[in-house]
Amino acid sequence: MPVISYIDAVTLALKEEMKRDERVFVLGEDVGVRGGVFRTTAGLHEEFGEDRVLDTPLTESAIAGVAIGAAAYGMRPVAEMQFADFIMPAFNQIVSEAAKIRYRSNGTFSAPLVIRAPYGGGVHGALYHSQSVEKLFTGVPGLKIVMPSTPYDVKGLLKAAIRDEDPVLFFEHKRCYRLIKGEVPVEDYTLPIGKADVKREGTDVTVISYGLTLHFALQAAEELDKEGISVHVLDLRTLVPLDKEAILEATAKTGKVLVIHEDNQTGGFGGEVASVIAEEAFFELDAPIKRLCGPDVPAMPYSPPLEKEFMLNKEKVTTAIRELAAF
Amino acid sequence: MATDIKMPQLGESVTEGTIAKWLKQPGDPIAKYEPICEVATDKVNAEVPSTIDGTMTEIIAGEGETIEVGQLICRIAQAGEETAPVKEATSEEAPSAVQEDEKKDEPTMKNRYSPAVLRLSQENDIDLTQVDGTGAGGRITRKDILAVIEKGGTPTKTEASTPAPPSLKAEETIPKPVARTIESENGDEHIAVAGVRRTIAERMVQSKHEAPHAWMMVEADVTGLVELRNQHKSSFKQKEGVNLTFLPFFIKAVVDSIKEFPHLNSVWAGDQIILKKRINISIAVATEDALFVPVIHDADEKSILGLAKSVHQLAEKTRQGKLEIKDMQGGTFTVNNTGSFGSVASAPIINQPQAAILSFESIVKKPVVKDNMIAVRDMMNLCMSLDHRILDGLMAGRFLQRVKERLEAYQRDSSF
Repeated sequence: MPVISYIDAVTLALKEEMKRDERVFVLGEDVGVRGGVFRTTAGLHEEFGEDRVLDTPLTESAIAGVAIGAAAYGMRPVAEMQFADFIMPAFNQIVSEAAKIRYRSNGTFSAPLVIRAPYGGGVHGALYHSQSVEKLFTGVPGLKIVMPSTPYDVKGLLKAAIRDEDPVLFFEHKRCYRLIKGEVPVEDYTLPIGKADVKREGTDVTVISYGLTLHFALQAAEELDKEGISVHVLDLRTLVPLDKEAILEATAKTGKVLVIHEDNQTGGFGGEVASVIAEEAFFELDAPIKRLCGPDVPAMPYSPPLEKEFMLNKEKVTTAIRELAAF
Repeated sequence: MATDIKMPQLGESVTEGTIAKWLKQPGDPIAKYEPICEVATDKVNAEVPSTIDGTMTEIIAGEGETIEVGQLICRIAQAGEETAPVKEATSEEAPSAVQEDEKKDEPTMKNRYSPAVLRLSQENDIDLTQVDGTGAGGRITRKDILAVIEKGGTPTKTEASTPAPPSLKAEETIPKPVARTIESENGDEHIAVAGVRRTIAERMVQSKHEAPHAWMMVEADVTGLVELRNQHKSSFKQKEGVNLTFLPFFIKAVVDSIKEFPHLNSVWAGDQIILKKRINISIAVATEDALFVPVIHDADEKSILGLAKSVHQLAEKTRQGKLEIKDMQGGTFTVNNTGSFGSVASAPIINQPQAAILSFESIVKKPVVKDNMIAVRDMMNLCMSLDHRILDGLMAGRFLQRVKERLEAYQRDSSF
């Protein structure tokens, strides 16, 4: 099985789906001739032509709106928000139109589209190129939200998202793009949306995470193993629909749960995970549920020391797990 | 100026109290409402709360001394006041006091159980006091329990082989409710738990804690009894000067049935059951804010008239707060007239160390099937809680059956 990077898995999935189904097309800022600012759509313009790889104006509301219209018409658009930070102008289209069109039209129309958006910090991107935006959408019924952490999951889940009959927000952590590599099968496969994945088995502390921070958890688990602390790591992969069963199972493994995400703590998705556990697995708990999240500050700092302070890392995660293990 | 603390009024008819134990010593800081000493009276044991924030300066009444209500027992200096004479006395003790404080600061988590630990210990019948915790502050972790389970050997709950006499044990096992920290909001009223309230609380906890309560209920048709009473009600009052209530009839039925089943008239004494010769019936008498169980001694020697008079006297004494020690002692079985306030079923708590308590519920007119016809009858429930260590359902059931038969045997023209 070839080892490829996270970003190559995105490109591969797009290419395979465009080949498989000619209704699939991509649109976004600089996705065409330029091949995307991160090069996620590199080669697609050459291979599929300008009719299926559309360079759009710098108008995210239009990118989302066109995608919704095309999807309602029977196409399978994959819209790219150049940075997740820029999704805000499209917020109304996504929340009020895409999420609701099936309900509003009593099933006559649907919006089988994917909106891809690179999110997250740690790339010296500062205010407008580092945000985590998932919590703005997780509370909107009608949207599916996928946030993979490995190349294998990226390919399987992006293909599943494109084939899904309803709108899917597909958030890719931009720090993972070239940092995370992994084995990806050459053949066609999909992974079920709404299924979490146990990335590591353990008995002392359960870590529930997604995206980049999941890798910090795996690194911390590796190190803590030497200290005799056995860490169970669950990758949510999909925030909505949430795999509650997997969360409850993972909780029961250790009774001590640490939820980690880069999105800031207040109102963050960790609160939802903690609520599910408190409501349905209370008698499995051996310690208070802990959250380790980005700080509640307005934006990612531009100053490198401050950015480092903002970002989670292996050390912060290790400390948090160690504390919970000692409880 | 130190404030004088006096022996408080610890119960309606209490005139004096004996200092059982000082909980604060000169030099100790005291918060308002914090107990400063334990006082034993002939009716209750209670703690005396401080009336102010401050520091204990002087103890006047020594342990064991009996002090009249209103007499000085100690002095407390108000917070912020000079306590010069005390400072000298405490200066030597200061280091040890500091050490104790440090110990308190070290948080112990030994008795702080997580939901998982509690669940696992209950499912596997593990006595948590026998498990060593490896978590923070000595906390027992889920893993500690899993290890115990895996060993197969569980230090299970061990019952004391020779329990101490209940009266002694009560003080040891019943947690002092003072230590509870319960949040209250502005406007909540705080009522100190002392005196009779405290005694009731402790006795009830002790009984529920020690005696495995079993419960049963039978229904009796008391139409005849109701008719009989209605017939004699006014003439009885005129002649005897007391009301003819149902209670004497209930007591009589109980007493006569106890003679057939002496086990009902017994007490639990740990390694033996004592069948009591005298039949002394405790009756529950409620006042607005408390409950007393005065005793009709040798109830088996009394007629309905005698019982009616005893009930009347004890009820009067209770309401006037004039019960004496002898009125309260020696009960062997309790009769509870819950029907008097409308109850139709109750699960009474046994009056320890007695074997059982029987509640007579409201008499209610009900349609019942009699001789294959629907008839309107006066029906009443009899509810009994029994100490399952002493009694089993069979004997208790037979006893209850006999009480029922006796009540149902009364007719309009019965003599009593």
